[in-house]
Amino acid sequence: MYPSDYRYTREHEWIKLEGTIGIVGITDYAQRALGDIVYVQLPQLGTKLEASQSFGSVESVKAASDLYCPVAGEVIEVNEALNRAPGMINQDPHGAAWIIKIRVADPSQVQGLMDADAYQAYVAEKEQEAGH
Amino acid sequence: MSPPATETLRKTALHATHRRLGARMVAFGGWEMPVDYSGIIAEHLAVRTAAGLFDVSHMGEIEIRGPHALELVQWVTCNDAARLSEGQAQYSGLMSEQGTFVDDLLVHKISAMHYLLCVNAANQDADFEHICAQNRFGAVVENAGARYTQLALQGPKAQDILARLTRTDLTALRYYRFTFGEVSGVSCLIARTGYTGEDGFELYFAPEHSERVWNDLLDAGQRDGLLPCGLGARNTLRLEAGMCLYGHELDRTTTPWEARLDWICKLDKGDFLGRQSLVAQRQQGLRRVLVGFEMCENRIARDGYPVLAGEHEIGRVTSGSPAPFLKKNIGMAYVPPEYSAAGVELRIGIRGQPAAARVVSLPFYQRPK
Repeated sequence: MYPSDYRYTREHEWIKLEGTIGIVGITDYAQRALGDIVYVQLPQLGTKLEASQSFGSVESVKAASDLYCPVAGEVIEVNEALNRAPGMINQDPHGAAWIIKIRVADPSQVQGLMDADAYQAYVAEKEQEAGH
Repeated sequence: MSPPATETLRKTALHATHRRLGARMVAFGGWEMPVDYSGIIAEHLAVRTAAGLFDVSHMGEIEIRGPHALELVQWVTCNDAARLSEGQAQYSGLMSEQGTFVDDLLVHKISAMHYLLCVNAANQDADFEHICAQNRFGAVVENAGARYTQLALQGPKAQDILARLTRTDLTALRYYRFTFGEVSGVSCLIARTGYTGEDGFELYFAPEHSERVWNDLLDAGQRDGLLPCGLGARNTLRLEAGMCLYGHELDRTTTPWEARLDWICKLDKGDFLGRQSLVAQRQQGLRRVLVGFEMCENRIARDGYPVLAGEHEIGRVTSGSPAPFLKKNIGMAYVPPEYSAAGVELRIGIRGQPAAARVVSLPFYQRPK
């Protein structure tokens, strides 16, 4: 379910590192919790972000939720396809529906995030709390 | 994404059934209820184009009986229950002494000696206490929520689907009328009412039969595209239809005049609780009224966002959401009367960024006749 070469945040973003480029999206757990996604607010190219800084939002029919950058970096690409088809996030949250690409300031920061097993356990705990 | 405190929430008789159907559950009005099964958009569209089935057993029922039942109903509500025939339902407001909403409700006249009130889940106990405290007429008041499962079958196919499970002549049952009959062999109050802007029915029956009626309805409607629907679609459907939701458009600070519910407030019916305040407010004029608006850009207004005119906050959004059938982003808000005409341009403060919106007339959506 959760790709083993990605790293994960407690706010349910993922990051995949390719050299010094980080691809960022939200997790399957996040898209399920939000329900039908109808709007994504993307940042400007060139925006410099700190770790845990809000860079946009994703909105479902029911609610708006902020997006937080997993590690520090500069936005070098945004997934424009999400403007036309925000529901892609519900279909393919770990793949085609990535949200931004950043030039990561310090790639070693990524290693400090949860790996797939740790995130899986974190989500299982959340679901148990919610009575699932 | 904070988890609900499930142990303190009440569950309907269909709780396990919803879980089996894969519903996402949320806390609402003290109950753990399905928010959606297949997704709010799919469920919303099913109700507009085919049909949807909702478990709305969280709704409360209060029964008022005895020779003085009508007097009590007339005293605590603002609509004129004396105009009801047996088998007729009426939308009304439960009033405070200040002429504000303790709740909004449906009043069903079962007989001259028996009225059934359908009230909001979160208000049921407060409503019951309020009605009892006002009962100087000697009517018998029962807090009867636990005796009923309530299902809502809504949408253009609702009549066809329900007709497969009942011998009651549904074609003879007009809007806001109800009758007693059997559905799947279970004795029900069958009402042609709803909260979606579509034709449809609300069924009230004993909770022990919940699963049978629910499953039989889902089976009977499968070929028509009937979907189980959660409170998420219920909210977007009622908002598109321009209907008020207690705790959003209505509360203990709002009056029927402000909510533009003049049609449920009958000053000529005789004295009732809150009438004096309502007469006074009508004479003094209103400081705010409820309006519908649509966003002019692709942003979504949410409950509680400020409504701006220039730099000034002139009101708050009471409900805001995407409208899945209309494919617009819509909302309702209280604003001063001078900003309430259709076409007036407003701005909504969306997390620090003002976005353009325009006042439109309500309802946003009206079903084709």
